[in-house]
Amino acid sequence: MNIPESFWMLFRLLEVNVMSEKREVILEAKHITRRFPASHGRTLLANDDINLKMYKGETLGLVGESGCGKSTFMRFLVSLDKPSEGEILYRGTDITKLHGEELRQSRQNIQMVFQDPTLSFNPKMVIRDIVCEPLMNFKKIKKSEKDAVCRKLLEMVELPGDFADRYPHNMSGGQRQRVAIARALALEPEIVVLDEATSALDVSVQKTVIELITKLQREKNITFGFICHDIALVQQVAHQIAVMYLGNLVETLPGSELSSKAMHPYTKALMGAVFDIHMDFSKPIESIESEAPSPLDLPKGCPFQGRCEQCMDICKREKPQMTEVEPGHQVACHLYGGKK
Amino acid sequence: MLELKDVTISYKNVPTVQHFNMSMKQGQIISLVGESGSGKTTVIRAILGLLPGGGKVTAGQITLEGEDLLAYNSEKWRKLRGTDISMIFQDSGAMMNPTKKIGSVFTEYILTHEKISKKEAWNKGIMMLERMRLPAADNIMNSYPFQLSGGMRQRVGIAMGMTYQPKLLLADEPTSALDVTTQAQIVRQMMQLRDDYNTSIIVVTHNLGVAAYMSDYIVVMKQGIIEDQGTREYILKESQNEYTRKLLDAVPSLGGERYV
Repeated sequence: MNIPESFWMLFRLLEVNVMSEKREVILEAKHITRRFPASHGRTLLANDDINLKMYKGETLGLVGESGCGKSTFMRFLVSLDKPSEGEILYRGTDITKLHGEELRQSRQNIQMVFQDPTLSFNPKMVIRDIVCEPLMNFKKIKKSEKDAVCRKLLEMVELPGDFADRYPHNMSGGQRQRVAIARALALEPEIVVLDEATSALDVSVQKTVIELITKLQREKNITFGFICHDIALVQQVAHQIAVMYLGNLVETLPGSELSSKAMHPYTKALMGAVFDIHMDFSKPIESIESEAPSPLDLPKGCPFQGRCEQCMDICKREKPQMTEVEPGHQVACHLYGGKK
Repeated sequence: MLELKDVTISYKNVPTVQHFNMSMKQGQIISLVGESGSGKTTVIRAILGLLPGGGKVTAGQITLEGEDLLAYNSEKWRKLRGTDISMIFQDSGAMMNPTKKIGSVFTEYILTHEKISKKEAWNKGIMMLERMRLPAADNIMNSYPFQLSGGMRQRVGIAMGMTYQPKLLLADEPTSALDVTTQAQIVRQMMQLRDDYNTSIIVVTHNLGVAAYMSDYIVVMKQGIIEDQGTREYILKESQNEYTRKLLDAVPSLGGERYV
């Protein structure tokens, strides 16, 4: 399966020409659906027909409330779970169909950083072993090289090299998250999934971690999948934003256009709930009331109907489809002609 | 109404919070802001007399309506907590017994403070839940904490805390574990408490965005010392304190700076 780099170069060139677009798609999710069996013979629809593309060196931000299926989707990318239907093409191969050694090898290309760094580390391992474990697993380095490699990786995430001898509990949350990033980048993957990687951190620490992530992206041209429930933060880091609600994609748009062009009522509701230091404090904060309904018994029609202020008759009958309103901007809402 | 004068709090003789001064009027909302480990929680725990093992107020005075709280014996504290002062935590689910239903926790709480029948306590609980705009209060009373969502648990926590219309409500990171939409709802409800009951609220948070929205007065803490304090307008617009500016900068804002 060793394809020479020159072939890929040619392939990319061709692709760029065919698509007449400078952005290179490295991963494409097609019609991803995931059902989980639930009690009393019901099924829980965690992902419903998700179509997304990830571009080389760009960040895809996935926003939504808890339980909307963001993490479920990203777990498919790192092959921690398999969709019930649909395929995920990474450089032309469907990674959901891989098995055994092939699957193991493909894991090198897509790595993940989890929300809670305390839980994703073995508390009895020192940082050196934690950071070098992926490299040892794939026999990329010898035992004798571990120290030097670890030092380099720690310096990459702006930590002192002496941290190699520490245990995870001897560090602050922000430092631990940096180690988690170093571990994820050890194999030089093309795609890194950050699942709420900064949500457990203080706001000021969050900012420094975000700065690190974007710096690494510029240097190494990494593609990030960024899951977060704070739309203001996603807007700061993502080239492309996908908003999810109850397992459905409701809007995708470029990150730079979020504040000016967001259309879907749910996207606007998420934006309204952001506490901004520049906001007008005399105005009450606009947030949707109530909580997301259970994904177990989804109503017919638009998933957002129960909480939408602009709900119309058609929303209760027909489910809106993703419609392109502008290049790179899709929305699933009847207000904007969400019909096929 | 509440006054802290030159308070120093130590854990095992190591001072954690030093020279803390604050005075508060009825109906005021004050935020304590700072990074983890800056001593915010220690301060509000001291007000409630609930410092964890080894913690002690070693200097200074804490007075509530002229009464010296530090001179209280445990019996007096017990009367005060849950009636005049109550507290909500980051995850209200974690403070409840996971093997008991909400209803039994709630009635137990009411019965320790009041001599009424179980039935009356139950109805009082339902009334409080409904005031917090929780739908199907009956259903919630019959649920276990894990069956409720994070936002619902937090509302139950607030409902419990507000049962006796305390003069002072202490909130320790009440929204940090919640989604942004739920966070906005909880913040709005807490501000409603002030309008309805004239409750004074002290909020501990690391998010200056939330603090700025809720409070009249903001205290910025760093490593156990007050770094900066002032009215909301002062902190947001005028303060030249470097640390305050750093915290303000870190709040992600829509349409603001982008890294990519």
